[in-house]
This record gives sequence, C-alpha cells and structure tokens, in this order.
Amino acid sequence: MAKILMKGNEAIALAAIKGGVDAFYGYPITPQNEVPEYLSKHLIANGKVFLQAESEVSAINMVYGAAGAGARVMTSSSSPGIALKQEGISYIAAAELPCVIVSVMRGGPGLGGIQPSQADYYQATRGGGNGDYQLICYAPESIQETIDTMKGAFDTADFYRNPVLVLVDGLIGQMMESVDFDRPVKQRILLEKSWATNGTKNHPGSRNIANSLHLDPVKLEEHNIHLQKKYKLIKQNETQVEMIHMDDPDYVIVAYGTMARICRSAISMLNEKGIKVGMIRPITIWPFPEQAFDQIPSTCKGILCCELSMGQMLDDVLIANNGRHKVGFFGRSGGMVPDPEEIVDAIVNFKDKVVK
Amino acid sequence: MEVKYQKSVGLTDTPLTYCPGCGHGIVHKLVAESLVELGLLDKAIAIASVGCSVFSYQFFNCDAQQAPHGRACAEATGIKRVLPNNIVFTYQGDGDLASIGIAETIHAANRGENITVIFINNAIYGMTGGQMAPTSLIGQKTTTSQDGRVQALHGSPIHISEMFATIEGVAYMERVSVYDPKHVIQAKKAIKKAFQYQEEKRGFTMVEVVSSCPVNWGMKPTDAMNWVKTNMIEEFPLGIFKDKGDQNA
Amino acid sequence: MPKGKVTFDYERCKGCLLCVVNCPKQILYQDMKTLNKSGYNIIKVSEPDKCIGCAFCAMMCPDSVITVEVEK
Repeated sequence: MAKILMKGNEAIALAAIKGGVDAFYGYPITPQNEVPEYLSKHLIANGKVFLQAESEVSAINMVYGAAGAGARVMTSSSSPGIALKQEGISYIAAAELPCVIVSVMRGGPGLGGIQPSQADYYQATRGGGNGDYQLICYAPESIQETIDTMKGAFDTADFYRNPVLVLVDGLIGQMMESVDFDRPVKQRILLEKSWATNGTKNHPGSRNIANSLHLDPVKLEEHNIHLQKKYKLIKQNETQVEMIHMDDPDYVIVAYGTMARICRSAISMLNEKGIKVGMIRPITIWPFPEQAFDQIPSTCKGILCCELSMGQMLDDVLIANNGRHKVGFFGRSGGMVPDPEEIVDAIVNFKDKVVK
Repeated sequence: MEVKYQKSVGLTDTPLTYCPGCGHGIVHKLVAESLVELGLLDKAIAIASVGCSVFSYQFFNCDAQQAPHGRACAEATGIKRVLPNNIVFTYQGDGDLASIGIAETIHAANRGENITVIFINNAIYGMTGGQMAPTSLIGQKTTTSQDGRVQALHGSPIHISEMFATIEGVAYMERVSVYDPKHVIQAKKAIKKAFQYQEEKRGFTMVEVVSSCPVNWGMKPTDAMNWVKTNMIEEFPLGIFKDKGDQNA
Repeated sequence: MPKGKVTFDYERCKGCLLCVVNCPKQILYQDMKTLNKSGYNIIKVSEPDKCIGCAFCAMMCPDSVITVEVEK
C-alpha cells in the first residue's frame, strides 16, 4: 500500500485492523470519535465484532470478557472516558488478559476541553485503577509512528498477557498526514491461548478461569510478585526511546508525542542561535527510558522537561536525573499548544524555568 | 435401587461458601442440572458477579470469569459477541444487578444480547453484612436502614421482572422462588427454559429468583423461607412476565 | 407406595433443616448428639421404611448433601 493521506483517528482504526483486531468495544467521546466510526463500518464488513456500549465502564468490561475468551480486542476513548475505565483496566491487568486501549488525550481536569493535552501521564503510567499494576504505554509522536505502534500492539499484549495503552492526543488524532501501512512490525512468537475461557469442550479435563480475586493474602502477594517479575521483563525488553543531538549538548529537552515534534523545530531554531540542544523522546512512557539520562554529558547545563500539562512526566525526569543536572519545566495546558518560539525562549531563559 | 437424585456433575466438588440454608445453594444446583440436562455444560461460560455469589466461578463446573461489581452483563456481552456459539450466563445478586449494574443489565437486554441472567433477589446485601438493597421491602430493617426502609428516604423496592418485560430484546423473563419443593421444581423449569432459548438464539433471557438470606435477615433458614413466602412474594409476584417463545413457538 | 432410600454426605451438611421441614413424611430429624467436622449437627432418618423417594429433601438441600434412590 503506497503512502496515503489519512486522519490520525482513522489511521489508528485501520492500523488496528492490520494488527489483527477481532473485536472493538467503545463509546463516543471527542476527540476520538473517528476510531469507532471507522471501525463500525470496516470491522463488521469483514466479519469482526464492533459494539458501541452504553458507557465506557461497560465497554472496558466487554473488553475484559472478550480478552478472557481469547479474542484480540481493543477499546478507544479520551481522558474522562479512560478515567471511567480504570477499574476494568485494573481487573484486566490483574487477570493478565491482553487487550489494546487507545487514549486520545484532551484537556482536563473534569470535563475539561477537547483540545490536545498530555495531562493524563499519571493516569497512564501511575495507574488510575487500584493495586500495583502497570500498562505498557506507548506515546507516539506522529500518525506514522502511531500506526506502527498499533499494528504491533496486539502481539505485544498477547506476548505479555498485559494491557497495552497507546497514548496520543487530540492533535495527532485529528490531523492528517501521509502514511504507509506496510512498514514491518516486530515479529513475536505467540503461544496458543490455552488459558482462554471458551468452554471446557476446547480443553477437556480442566476449567479456564479469568479472575482477579484472591482472598488469601499469601496467594495475592504471590500474584503481585509474579506481576512484578513480568513488569521487570517488560522494562528490560520493551523500553523504547529516541535520542537526538546528544553529542555534547548545552541543554537536553525531554518531551514526547506532539510536544516532542514542536521541540524538534525549537531545537533547530536554537541551533541557528549557536545553542546546541539534544532531546530524549520517550516512545514508551512506561517503561520510562531512565538509562537515556546516563547519556547526558556532565557538561550539560540543564534538562528542560516539556509537556502539554502542568508537569507530570517531570517526576520521572527528576527521578531519572537523580540530581545530576538542573531540571527545568515548560508546560502549556488546557489544550493550549505552544509555538516553537516559546520553547526557544524557555531554553534561553532556562534559569527562570528551573524547578530543581 | 436406582438413583433418582444426586449431586449434579454441573457442580465442582468445592463445598459452597454460602450460609446454612441460603437459597444460593439451591439455585446453583438448578443452574448446574439445567446445563447438564441440556448438554450445554462443556460450552458454558459462567460470569460470577460480586456479592455472596462471587465464588460461583469455583462452584460451576465450567469455564468462568469473575466480573467487577455490576459489570457481569457487559462482560457476558463481550464474550458472547466473540463466541456466539457458547452458552454465556451471569449469576448476580440484587446489589450487583439491580443497583450498581442496572445500566449494564438493561442495555444487554435492550440489545437482545443472547445471554442468560440468573438474578437472585434476597432483598439485602449479603456478603458485606446486611445492608439495604434496591429490592429491600418497605419497613425492612437492614444495617443501613436500621429503623426499616422508608419510601420517602429510600424509595420503593425495584421490580426488575416487570421492568425487563417492557424491553423488546427480552425473549424470556420469569420470576420464580425456591422456598419449597414445588417452587424449586418450577424454578428449574424456568432456568432450563432460559438456557434453551439462549441455545435457540432467541435473545436475552433472565430468571429472577426470590430467595432468602437467613443470617442477615436474622432468622433461622426455615423461618427465612417462610418469610419469603409470606412477605417477599407479596411484593414480588411470581410468574412469566415475557415469553417470546410462545409467539413463534 | 414406591420405596425410597436417602443417604447423606454428612461433611457437606450445614444443619439448615430445610430438608427436615419439607419431608412430607416427617421422617427426618436433627441428631443433636452427632456433629460433622464443621460442627453442624447432622440429619438422620427416623423411619427409613416410610421414605417414598420423593426427593423433596434433596431438592431443598442447598449443599447437595442428600442422594435419593428409589426401587425400580
């Protein structure tokens, strides 16, 4: 398939089909509506399952059911809707069921707005649900990268039997770019889902149960320890980061998604001013690319964390930096998207931005 | 001598965790016996809800999933859509279905989801220690209506069977009870029919079982069954509220 | 009248008496001297030959304690 011009949300939907999705359960919410709209037409057309649920709470529990039954299943929503899904996501992670969740972030808190935002970083990486669990969280910066992430997301979810969250924002969802759907995807060796609850006639002699209840604290702790081992493995194998101009930079910007794209322009403008600025761009925000910070030379004057929020990834930057460099923060929220000049100014006046 | 009645193979050997004389145990047998007699056990998937029956995934001798409180019908929908030829049923109490999960249940019914819902109405939250439920009777004392349920404060008992009879997608809706052998026999007929309709892909089927909660009602099990007979049935009349089978049978 | 025989899996019994009160022949009673491992007083048959194998007791038992056999 040659390059085609496509809207982000629709590209997410088509990429899911290319990724082998069997079922979609969702609910309308701006700015992601084109995902279910596209899928409502194309999934049913080729014999797959599409269902608009009565609420996001219901939708995520439909995902739980289908995932437990062995289907490659997804949902998509936006910030407040993802908030409603948190309990279900915790159950899915606890029961170790694979699924793909797409969040097209909008301004918050509360009903907030519908413009792009990154104010759900905590929700995505610290978990809005109860208990010690983690989602594999991708934060692509372009429609192309989102497509490539989506196509591989179902295999990743199946491989680790864990929910995968693909986190974009309203800008990526709503804009159009020329994209290629035929880029290769990481091949994974996937086991047969012998654990799926599809009736004992398919696995005589044993009962398959999807469950997260362990009243016995000994068993529940064992389960938690087991989950942590899995998360450690994911950290080792799945952390993805892009680093640019990291050879002796004056400053290093840390940004992801749409903010990272704006920072690319700012970096070239700063270069013209003779200020060398590198960038660490997390592609997975969980696992967070801590090792990348070891690449920052001691001569670097400071790290600027840039987000479309009031500062959430900032925590991880401070942790990863571990006091080695000064850390500054630049953020816009509420759906305001900065011009590159604002970031240039933030670097030039870095000392005013320092938080620690 | 020939065996006329014995423990169903539709139940596992795990002892039930229900209190002595609780109606849940009786209904579990009826569900298990129905699935076995209809030859559906090995393609059945049970959805346990949250409440006293949360452990039902340990008792039904088939694949199972345990759903968050109130979400069993959504989970069942998610499964049934990807496994249309399996038999999917939820087993829910009145807190799970008539309170937190009423939206999921109504919409599964409204979509005519081809699942079966076994709804146990014992007018109280059992697992959490006896709080008022949407089906608690006026005047009924519970730990959260300690002077008795008052309509002005707490509203009236909710009538699920009557409500669901108005929904187009419902193929079969019957309210039964298990307070004596005659009614247990009738309840089994209803449950078996509900699974039969599911197998015939007729749409949403539900059986509401008016049952007892001896411990939280503060009664002996035998008195609790009498209380069902004298008090509950008056508020929750038994009968078939909808049967699509008759129309095109 | 058909002849019936009931046997109890005593360890599953919780002493709820639903079987006792629903036996049409009133031949079941709770033996207050015998406990099962869970500490419940178990149920016994006072006059086994009066059992008609109706299985009402077994139907009412929530814990599948009772097996009923009838003469062919």
